Amino acid sequence: MQVNEYKPLIVAFCCNWCSYAGADLAGNNRLAYPADVKIIRVPCSCRVNPTFILRAFQRGADGVIICGCHPGDCHYTSGNYYTRRRMAALFSMLDFLGIEKERTRLEWVSAAEGAKFAATMNDFVQTVASLGENKRLEDLRCKK
Amino acid sequence: MNNNKYLREELLRQSGVNPKKCMKCGKCTATCPAFDEMEYHPHQFVSMVESGDIEPLLKSESLYKCLSCFACIDRCPRGVEPAKLVEAVRLSVIRKQGGNRLSADDVPSLLDEDVPQQLLVSAFRKYSK
Amino acid sequence: MQRVGVFVCWCGSNIAGTVDVKAVAEALKNEPGVVFSTDYQYMCSQAGQDMIINAVKEHNLTGIVVCSCSPRMHEATFRKTAAAAGLNPYMVEIANIREQCSWVHKDMALGTEKAIILGKAAVAKVNLNAPLTPGQSPVTKRALVIGGGIAGIQTALDIADAGFEVDIVEKKPTIGGKMAQLDKTFPTLDCAACILTPKMVDVAQNDKIRIFSYSEVAEVKGFVGNFDVTIKKNARYVKEDICTGCGACVEKCPMKKNPNEFNLGMDNRPAIYIPFAQAVPKVATIDPNACNMLKNGKCGVCARICTAGAIDYTQKDEYIEEKYGAIVVATGFNPISMDKFDEFAYNQSKDVITSLEFERLTNAAGPTAGHLERPSDGRSPKTIVFVQCVGSRCDACAEKGKEYCSKICCMYTAKHAMLVRDKYPETEVYVFYIDVRTPGKNFDEFYRRAVEEYGVKYVKGMVGKVVPEGDKLKVQASDLLANKQLHIDADLVVLAAAIEPDKSARPLATMLTASMDTNDFFTEAHPKLRPVESPTAGVFLSGACQGPKDIPETVSQASAAAAKVIGLLAKDKLTGNPCIAHSDELMCNGCSSCANVCPYGAITYEDKEFRMPDRTTKVRRVASVNPAVCQGCGACTVACPSGAMDLKGFANLQIMAEVDAICK
Repeated sequence: MQVNEYKPLIVAFCCNWCSYAGADLAGNNRLAYPADVKIIRVPCSCRVNPTFILRAFQRGADGVIICGCHPGDCHYTSGNYYTRRRMAALFSMLDFLGIEKERTRLEWVSAAEGAKFAATMNDFVQTVASLGENKRLEDLRCKK
Repeated sequence: MNNNKYLREELLRQSGVNPKKCMKCGKCTATCPAFDEMEYHPHQFVSMVESGDIEPLLKSESLYKCLSCFACIDRCPRGVEPAKLVEAVRLSVIRKQGGNRLSADDVPSLLDEDVPQQLLVSAFRKYSK
Repeated sequence: MQRVGVFVCWCGSNIAGTVDVKAVAEALKNEPGVVFSTDYQYMCSQAGQDMIINAVKEHNLTGIVVCSCSPRMHEATFRKTAAAAGLNPYMVEIANIREQCSWVHKDMALGTEKAIILGKAAVAKVNLNAPLTPGQSPVTKRALVIGGGIAGIQTALDIADAGFEVDIVEKKPTIGGKMAQLDKTFPTLDCAACILTPKMVDVAQNDKIRIFSYSEVAEVKGFVGNFDVTIKKNARYVKEDICTGCGACVEKCPMKKNPNEFNLGMDNRPAIYIPFAQAVPKVATIDPNACNMLKNGKCGVCARICTAGAIDYTQKDEYIEEKYGAIVVATGFNPISMDKFDEFAYNQSKDVITSLEFERLTNAAGPTAGHLERPSDGRSPKTIVFVQCVGSRCDACAEKGKEYCSKICCMYTAKHAMLVRDKYPETEVYVFYIDVRTPGKNFDEFYRRAVEEYGVKYVKGMVGKVVPEGDKLKVQASDLLANKQLHIDADLVVLAAAIEPDKSARPLATMLTASMDTNDFFTEAHPKLRPVESPTAGVFLSGACQGPKDIPETVSQASAAAAKVIGLLAKDKLTGNPCIAHSDELMCNGCSSCANVCPYGAITYEDKEFRMPDRTTKVRRVASVNPAVCQGCGACTVACPSGAMDLKGFANLQIMAEVDAICK
């Protein structure tokens, strides 16, 4: 699965009701994806504070992916809509700071989409791996 | 078909019509006052352009039978605006004919008692672009 | 710092096959706070759980990390284990090293490395865990049903049947709703009144049910289990408890020419009226806009004629305050206005009517006593044109109409057409359709019968325009399959008008902080799995207020809503989810950002006194979260600009610690 020896560090935020269950389903069906993906469980994708993502990049993450329920299916009715808006703003700001748009992603994965979860992770890891190692946000700050 | 694909996109771009919104209810055709004159009716324009079957429309007299009354635009529940598509197809034929259009000065000699006002208005719409 | 115990599960070979569990347990030993680390074949087994309990006691553990299967699987199990060991159940964190590690990775080295990182993240989180206790609140064992149509009636009857008190608030003078106006019901063709009115009588006679007719909900405060509702009882100028419903006043009232709402204005009623013979409550109501006595103090006939002395011209609107544990919304629907559909000449000709008007026209209790007569001249129509989808399935940008399918029109039009052909076989009946949608038990069979047995002419296409000409209606329409334009001289045109939620629904939703979609239908807590609950705890949905529905569907949803209400009222105390938002009052600046994003209306503001460093006090507006209403989504925590809002169990620092552990 790996493109080269370089191993990206991917942080995935998954909402408890859809995407985390989708990840579990991928496991139940033994659908492989790279071990570089580390999942953090949150109650809803709207719980993901932009500072969490900034922190991840600060500490050396190569890519961050947020997974939530499909629009209209949010367990809390409207949480994923907030996420969609917040992340649109955050991702373009990160792009401006020098963290390529490909390193951030927002994806809707339902509890029934184990295959989609695995496919998404495979694709995302490959995309990030092809970009190479990320500059740390803290390094960016120091460089003139 | 490739050629048509280009033409199709060009027609949709010019007219601003999205034929995918059509739900094939036929209200445009039902409301069309020129139905009996037209070989192809408003709903057929929409579905034929969408499927790329445009040649018959280019050759059809229907282009010039449409009164441009815009009743179909007014009545369409889905906001498809078939008359704009008819207009776009018409223009794609007329523009290729060069400057053979009527000028305003030619009109009075063609007039007679029976010509309805609406025909004049739509003739200007059709020929003075 | 916590004293953390780490328990790594093998899950037989499920985890141990790809993850070196011993190495994981060994590696996690050195994490901050970890005082004990071990592995075992099946942590969830009784022996595994005993092992945890013993370790807690032996090593004075304050936090537990279990590296095992998904928390969706066994989090509850290990929380119980923690409780059994005397710990707070929320001091447990699970590292998911089965579904999200061993099962999806093949390489032992990579799998082990990832399992260690996931374990570290869980340890980092549990170090910041705090004991949580779910809040409890009492339940008022009484329900309020808003709307007295078939939906509200069924919900109220079912709740009362379970032994709880129910109040129905209905804004019309009688319950019964739209179903009371219908003639026959599809697909069985039994008469609506015959099956509805016995239910209305059941409601009236049930001592658990109170009916507030001619009333509205004026104010709603409180939250699930504890709603405070103000009901406005409009003055009907008749004493409800004294009036016998004899109808003498109705007969003698001189102000006879007022449009009869129950018959959709197709005939007249007096200023004092009883909507229909089987009304519940069967009590007269005076229309203050029509009554001469109320307008200029001249008349008083009804008061003289009433032997019971029930008339009271001085009656005032009354406000009643009640407490409820649950609220059911059953506000129903109305056909949309046909004013914008000029092409169908609805406002120009009396013989163009909506389907609901057609129901009254064929109803034996209607203005024509059930004889099919043209509203204009009373002649019986020889040609009838039915138009489907009038205002349904329109484009979102169109100025008129609705985007959705109104769902019931295909079936009631088939019913109307069939009834006409059955009673008047010489009548020609056309139905113009775009699609015929019949997804219901015996629905398509019903529609086919209309075509095959009753000879209704179904035409694929739409009606373009209707022009009144002489005593005929010129209908111009397309037959798309024959590629023909049809010109029909019709005597009656019936429009299947789209249906929309009742106008009272929007202000009610604001009062209840229940969410609505763009069409003003109430949204459900989950579109598939919680279809009769509003996202707002304690508010339930019944009938067409949630989306277009026919009668069987409405009744089943009404009963489902009742079941949910009974489940709520049967509890003495409500135990909440402790993972909820809370606000740090010292950091909150009262900006309302959190309240604006809260889908549940769980956040309110209060003015609080704070002691300042210079010993003065200052009053500030701060947010406060109602623990009984908050569901713990966390939207507010991100919206909060000052960082005052945080989510228990998923706190900012906890998630940040997880991020740090993973990115180390």
